[in-house]
Parts: sequence; C-alpha cells; structure tokens
Amino acid sequence: MLSFVGRIGRFATEQIAGMGAMFSFLMSAIFLAFRRPAKIYLIIFHIKTIGVESLSVVALSGFFTGMVMGFQGYYSLRQFNAESWLGSVTALSLLRELGPVLSAFMVTGRTGSAMAAELGTMRATEQIDALDSMAINPVKYLVSPRVIASLLAMPLLTAIFDVIGIFGSYLVGVSLLGVSSGSFFAGMESSIVFHDVYSGIVKSLSFGLIITWICCYKGFHAPPMATGVSQATTESVVLSFVLILVWDYFLTSVML
Amino acid sequence: MIRVVNLHKSFRSQKVLNGVNLEFETGKITTIVGTSGCGKTVLLRHLNALLRPDQGEVLVDGVDIAKVSQKELYQMRNKFGVLFQGAALLDSMTVFDNVAFPMREKTKRTETEIKKKVEDRLEQVGLGSMGDKFPAELSGGMKKRAGLARALIMDPQIVLFDEPTTGLDPVLATSIHQLIVRTHTTFGFTGVLVSHTIPQVFDISDYVAMLANGVIVELSPPKNFCASQNPIVQQFIQGKTEGPIQVL
Repeated sequence: MLSFVGRIGRFATEQIAGMGAMFSFLMSAIFLAFRRPAKIYLIIFHIKTIGVESLSVVALSGFFTGMVMGFQGYYSLRQFNAESWLGSVTALSLLRELGPVLSAFMVTGRTGSAMAAELGTMRATEQIDALDSMAINPVKYLVSPRVIASLLAMPLLTAIFDVIGIFGSYLVGVSLLGVSSGSFFAGMESSIVFHDVYSGIVKSLSFGLIITWICCYKGFHAPPMATGVSQATTESVVLSFVLILVWDYFLTSVML
Repeated sequence: MIRVVNLHKSFRSQKVLNGVNLEFETGKITTIVGTSGCGKTVLLRHLNALLRPDQGEVLVDGVDIAKVSQKELYQMRNKFGVLFQGAALLDSMTVFDNVAFPMREKTKRTETEIKKKVEDRLEQVGLGSMGDKFPAELSGGMKKRAGLARALIMDPQIVLFDEPTTGLDPVLATSIHQLIVRTHTTFGFTGVLVSHTIPQVFDISDYVAMLANGVIVELSPPKNFCASQNPIVQQFIQGKTEGPIQVL
C-alpha cells in the first residue's frame, strides 16, 4: 500500500517538475528573444519555414474547409429559410474558430513535427551540446527565433486560411447552390465586427506560441536515440493538438 | 589547470562516478582510459560543465565551474574547445561555416579576418579544399578533422577530445592522433582525451589515467602506466576477461 502511494507521489512530483521545466523553457526562450544580439537572419529563415512553406497546405485546407462549410451551412440554413446568412455563418465560424484552430493544426503537422524531429536529431548527434560548449546559448540560437517567427507567421497564415475559406464557401454557396452573391456578402458585412477579427488574431498568436513551445521543448529534451526522436515528434504533435483545443476553449469562454 | 575533487555522479540508481580525484597538468595531454561504459565521457562532460556533479568540485583555474552563474560559465567555456565523438558539426552548414560559426557568433571580427583564420585552420587539419562541403558529404575522418578545426578556431587553452578515433580504421586513427600531436605542438593547449584505443593512444599522451569502478585507479606517464602493478590496469592493457574488471 505504501509503495503504491509512493509511486503515485513520485508520478505526481515528476509531472509537476516536468510542467515547471516546460514553463521555465518557454520563459527563457521569450526572455532570450529580447536579448542582444537579435538573430534577425534566423527569424527570417524560420518565417520562411513556418510561414511560407506552410502556405500551400494552409491554403488548400482553408479552401476545402470553406467549401464543406458552404455545403453544410446551406443545408442547415435552408431548413429555416435562412440561406442568405451563409456568408455570415461561414465568416464568423472561420474568423473566430476554424481559421485559427485548423491553420494551427496544419502548422503543427507540417512544421511543428519537423521542429521536434530536427531538434531531437540535434540532441542525439550532440549538436546542441556543441553549441552549449561553444558558449552559445542553444535556447537563444535554436528556440527564440522560432518563437518570434511563429508569432509573426501564424496570424498571417490564419488570415490567409480565413480568406480562402470564405472564397471556398462562396464558390459552393453562390456558384453551385444558388445563394445570392449580394446576400452572401451583405450578411457577412452586417454580422462581422472588429472583435471577431481580434479574437481570431489573439488565438492564432497564442496557438503559434503553443506549437513552437511544445515542439521545441519535446525536441530539445528528446532522449538521444532514434526512438527518442520519433517519440518526441509524436508527443509534440499530440500534445500541441490537445493544448490548442484546451486553450481554445479557455480563450473562447473569456473572449466570447 | 583543471582539478577534479571527489567527483560523484549517478543517473537514477546507477552510480557512475564515485569520488574521482584527478589533476590535469597545464600544457600536457592526459588521456583517460577505461572499459566501455565506465564513465569516461561522463567525467569529460563535467570538465566544461555539460554535466553537473552530484557532489564534488571541478576547479578550472581555481574556480568551481559547476557553481558559477550562466554568464560566468559561458566566459569560462571560452577557454575550452571540444571535439565530440561524432564531431557534432551543425549539419545545416558547410564545413567552412561550421568552423567560422564560433567566431561569427562570439567575436566582432570582419568577414575577411574570419575567412583567413578559418582557411588557416582547415589547412592545418588537412581540409583546405573541403570548406564548401556539407557534413553529410564527409567521411568519418574528415568530420573529426573539421570538428577539430572548429574546436581550435577560438585558440582555446584546453581542448577536450571525446573518443576522437572511435569508428575509424587504424590508418585514419593514427592520422587523427598525429593531427592531435601536431596541433598540440602548434597551439600548446592542455589536452584531455577520452579513449580506449590502446596502446596507440600512449604515443600521444603525457599522462594516462585509468577510470574503473567510478574512481581513478592509476595516473602516470604512459611508460609507468604500462609497468603498473595494479591488476585492473594490467587486465585492461592485456585485454583479459579474467580479473578484477567485471565483464558484463
């Protein structure tokens, strides 16, 4: 009985220590991001990998999400003779929820997993130790630029997801199902307020931070072996997805 | 000078270092030998505080490197160059950029000055024409040479070599040993080698220390080391399975 309680205690202690280490990792990455010298060239490089290289997958998923919403929204709204609200429903859903969440999922799958795998491999091949032994802070060199890059890239990717999603919904609703183009845009214009856009931006910023935080932490602390890298990659993606959804719930409840 | 005093280190329940006491003489090469998994690399990693001891001290010029602040630690690490077991070159950069990396990150030298020094170092390690290659395009021996060039670029006072010849054929291993001797003669650094390639490593060492059961059981010049009456040393040198060293 005592050993059982001991195991629970040890497990709880390890979990709390792990959370503390993760939080401290994030804090040092943010703190070091503002310490000179700024790694501008690294930030630009990571904006390219996180933002530019995720553009096609974000655009494609945004387009099909919008088209699906066009269909689903139309058939739901038709039951209440409210097809003209399709533009409003689509835009609100995309701006407030689907845009930030789904683009964050896409970036996690495409870039977050790559971050974890890259840093995990660097750990396994002692490249992170090499940086440390050269008196170059590996968190400042490897993590902080990624954090800044993701904060800059995520809102832009989300905005692109939203615009292309609305376009997809327009194609299905207006061109395919015959909703009036005027009512599509008029509904959108009358129901969207700045707060909707603002909440989407806040969400995308925080999701960007979550993705880089989790994926870099998992990669950075991956056990130095092949299975360690794969385990870190899997854990980083799963944990990012879960945290994005949990954080989305909290933000929605606060910002609604 | 580096002095290790009563160093203890465990990983969970496994005790690796159990009171290591060792002194590395300035300007000399000391090689730490021992069986695989005995804790040689763990000991080496304590010297520049890549690992922190559970107990004991690592004194670098009289300062305990494990107890200084992060800023002071990075200042102290500027005294060190490290050649890692797999060279640990940054694989996103060319050989030239890898060697230039510490200078670009830590000094305000102009690109012309950096280029000159990097080319000098690459020439010294026999990689004069390999600057534009990526690490993935290099053989094991070339990677070690590039790693050594990077370790020497900031003119360190102390260079740590973690199994510099592991995985290399005997000819390449000898060439790396010769390179270590040549660079040591040129730069006069204090060298600490971790190796189990005996007797070849005796030729390049001023002192040999043997680590066994978590402690240093012998520290002497190579000739005296070979003549040691310590049964652990004799079993290791002769490669016997019977004796005080437990074969797992």
